[in-house]
Amino acid sequence: MFKSLAPPDYLATIDTDKCIRCKRCIRNCGWDVYSWGGDRVQINTSKCVKCLRCYHYCPVEAIEILNNRTKFKDNAYWSFHQIRNIKKQAETGGMPLSGMGSDLPYPILFDHLLLDACQVTNPSIDPLREPMELRTYLGKKPSSLNFVKDGKGGMKLKGPLPPQIKIDLPVIFSPMSFGSISLNAQKVLAMAATNAGTVMNTGEGGLHEDIYPYRKNVIVQVASGRFGVNADYLNAGVAVEIKIGQGAKPGIGGYLPGEKIPKQVADARMIPIGTDALSPAPQHDIYSIEDLRQLIYAIKEATNYKPVSVKIASVHNVAAIASGIVRAGADIVYLDGFRGGTGAAPSIIRDHLGIPIEHAIAAVDDRLRQEGIRNEASVIAAGGIRSSADAVKAIALGADAVALGTAALVTMGCTVCGKCYTGNCSWGITSQRPELTARLNPEIFAERLTNLLRAWEHEIKEILGSLGVNAIESLRGNRERLRGVGLDDQTLDILGVKPAGR
Amino acid sequence: MNHNYQKDISGCGLTGLINKKKTRVSGDAIARSLCLMNERGNGLGAGYAAYGIYPEFADFYAFHIMYDDPSVRFGAEDFLKHNFHVEKTEEIPTSPVAAIPISPLLVRYFVSPNKDKLSSIEGEEDFVVNTVMKINSEMDGVYVFSSGKNMGAFKGVGNPAEIAEFYRIEEYEGYIWTAHTRFPTNTPGWWGGAHPFTLLDWSIVHNGEISSYGINKRYLEMFGYKLMLLTDTEVVTYILDLLVRKHGLDIQTACTTLAAPFWKDIDELDEDRRELLTALRMTYGSALLNGPFSLLFGHSNGLVGINDRIKLRPLVAATKDDFVYMASEESAIREICPSPDKVWAPRAGDPVIVNLEAD
Repeated sequence: MFKSLAPPDYLATIDTDKCIRCKRCIRNCGWDVYSWGGDRVQINTSKCVKCLRCYHYCPVEAIEILNNRTKFKDNAYWSFHQIRNIKKQAETGGMPLSGMGSDLPYPILFDHLLLDACQVTNPSIDPLREPMELRTYLGKKPSSLNFVKDGKGGMKLKGPLPPQIKIDLPVIFSPMSFGSISLNAQKVLAMAATNAGTVMNTGEGGLHEDIYPYRKNVIVQVASGRFGVNADYLNAGVAVEIKIGQGAKPGIGGYLPGEKIPKQVADARMIPIGTDALSPAPQHDIYSIEDLRQLIYAIKEATNYKPVSVKIASVHNVAAIASGIVRAGADIVYLDGFRGGTGAAPSIIRDHLGIPIEHAIAAVDDRLRQEGIRNEASVIAAGGIRSSADAVKAIALGADAVALGTAALVTMGCTVCGKCYTGNCSWGITSQRPELTARLNPEIFAERLTNLLRAWEHEIKEILGSLGVNAIESLRGNRERLRGVGLDDQTLDILGVKPAGR
Repeated sequence: MNHNYQKDISGCGLTGLINKKKTRVSGDAIARSLCLMNERGNGLGAGYAAYGIYPEFADFYAFHIMYDDPSVRFGAEDFLKHNFHVEKTEEIPTSPVAAIPISPLLVRYFVSPNKDKLSSIEGEEDFVVNTVMKINSEMDGVYVFSSGKNMGAFKGVGNPAEIAEFYRIEEYEGYIWTAHTRFPTNTPGWWGGAHPFTLLDWSIVHNGEISSYGINKRYLEMFGYKLMLLTDTEVVTYILDLLVRKHGLDIQTACTTLAAPFWKDIDELDEDRRELLTALRMTYGSALLNGPFSLLFGHSNGLVGINDRIKLRPLVAATKDDFVYMASEESAIREICPSPDKVWAPRAGDPVIVNLEAD
């Protein structure tokens, strides 16, 4: 049998004294790590991804998943992963893939930003006793309003405002397609979005009929493969998103292998069963900003002018690109940072292209203000939002709201093992294998995801109270309430944030 | 460097009065009212604003300008003369006060814009605003205290009595007065940093700290305002200028953006009103003043008092005949109006709007 020269990452071990031979690990592992050897469980550790499904379901805690200590000789330059990837590529001639966002130790700016709090000169506000408002409207805002007299001595609006998406807290879910994640996972997102008063996003996978009941909390996406796109689909949700790029793989298309296209996925995507679903790298009707404008307005015409969002990866020139997108007529600019997750991306792309979301938010918000068009579009920040603190910092830097992908999946059991592209997710999240997806009970996990949003809502309110403000719009773009620690002068200048102590 | 600025914060006491029939009263009253609240300041800043004090020059913009040093006067005057017809120039009369051994040079100019300098799209008021922005941001050591018609600001480092005596406040007669004593907490007193803050005929006295300052500032910068005076009160002045003068909101509506009603209350309103207030909050969210404040703002047609949306700073109002008084403390009102017809504490976010009666 061929044995790879790339050593396994993990050593799955079972304490045979503790093991009661219940075989649950065998049934639970989606990776075929375990098999029955007649009197004990046999282990093929090279398949283990440390998703911990087996550990969680072992009733006697007999399982331990250890990091493989037998790695190559320590070398600060030629790391284990560098050597292993070369060996893998030598063996296969292929591009190693990854799921989730980059795990490399690039600086994390969120962890170098601290928030302010009130002491003496301004009172902090107790969110348990005073109103604390997180309501956010996503969409184009006028720079000023026109009024007419209402005949009762007051004024009323002269005309309607551009369409908005009203969300009860400044957190939405990022696009994850049916195909990349299971239908049950999409149901979890849709139900939690409805419970919490926010929105989920179909991703580029069409809209399964089971998601239709939640359509008031759904944004539908149009991307380069145009899967599942027709007039009904465009009109199904509250807004339409044009996906240009993704933080984890800027400039790269998508590839969902035929093995992950059973009937349901095929129906939603409107393609034959078992065909590979290829999303080209660019949208072949958008080679320029003027092409984007045409598509934005084509979609607006087709939807009676629903808000249109344009999602881009944060790349070096993100500020100018975002400005162009706003001028092209987008109502929302969705920025995906380089830490952003993915179902599948070439590791070399995921780990080396793009810029962090913190820089991107600051640069885009600054540019739109310099050009006097910040009101023309809402800015969504995504790509590695791990906590409500990250969300608050992103909003203080200038985002209107943040989007969660990975954090939402973690509530469903995900351990960020990063093997989404295999279709073997033992938690039933990024798989289409019915025996695996059946593990994800939408009702139960929708409650957990709703819990997460409620918890963050409480935390954001506590932070606002500490800051002495009682509405989220007083935090948005309020970089005066952030301080940098351990950041160089140029980074501080880009972020528009003072160093701590100033 | 867009991260390299300092914000000033301070606690304060304030008082104001208006006679609706435009009967002018001496500055003596407002000074007595303010002096009663000495405890609310720390002697590092006090000031007065008055309307109706220059009837003989009512058609000219009255520029009160402070020069840190006499040497910077000439550059600024050249600039003024180049852009304005200067009807009259005079040093603002002052009296020697022992507690104020050093003071800046203070000069007032009654001016009108040179018509040939006005562009076709820019109105006269925009021209004046741009002039003030340019002087404050580009001329070292030169600060415009006030720039409105038939009004003026008198302010500096000292306690209320000292500043009143220094500027001979009792010699002015006005129909609207506002005054302020200051308790700066993190910067040394600076003459330019004292209240009132003014622009055109807006004058603001403010007690509180604007916790939303960072976004208010960035919002205003989008519209070309330059925030140079290092204190958060400045944003209130410019927001009012933007909302009322440039965007055409009436005072009442402008107040509902400064201290916006809560969504839970907006949601209960009838449809027209709900749509209006929702649109205002969506459009002007970045102009919401958040954090504790009570403030008075005077303008050529009246006086307004308003609190933050959960009333974290005191504000009391009273009426007596044609007078309306507003102050941080009731005692400051009773000091000059012992038996008012009515005294009340305005509710959070609920403005007291008093307009002058038409001539």
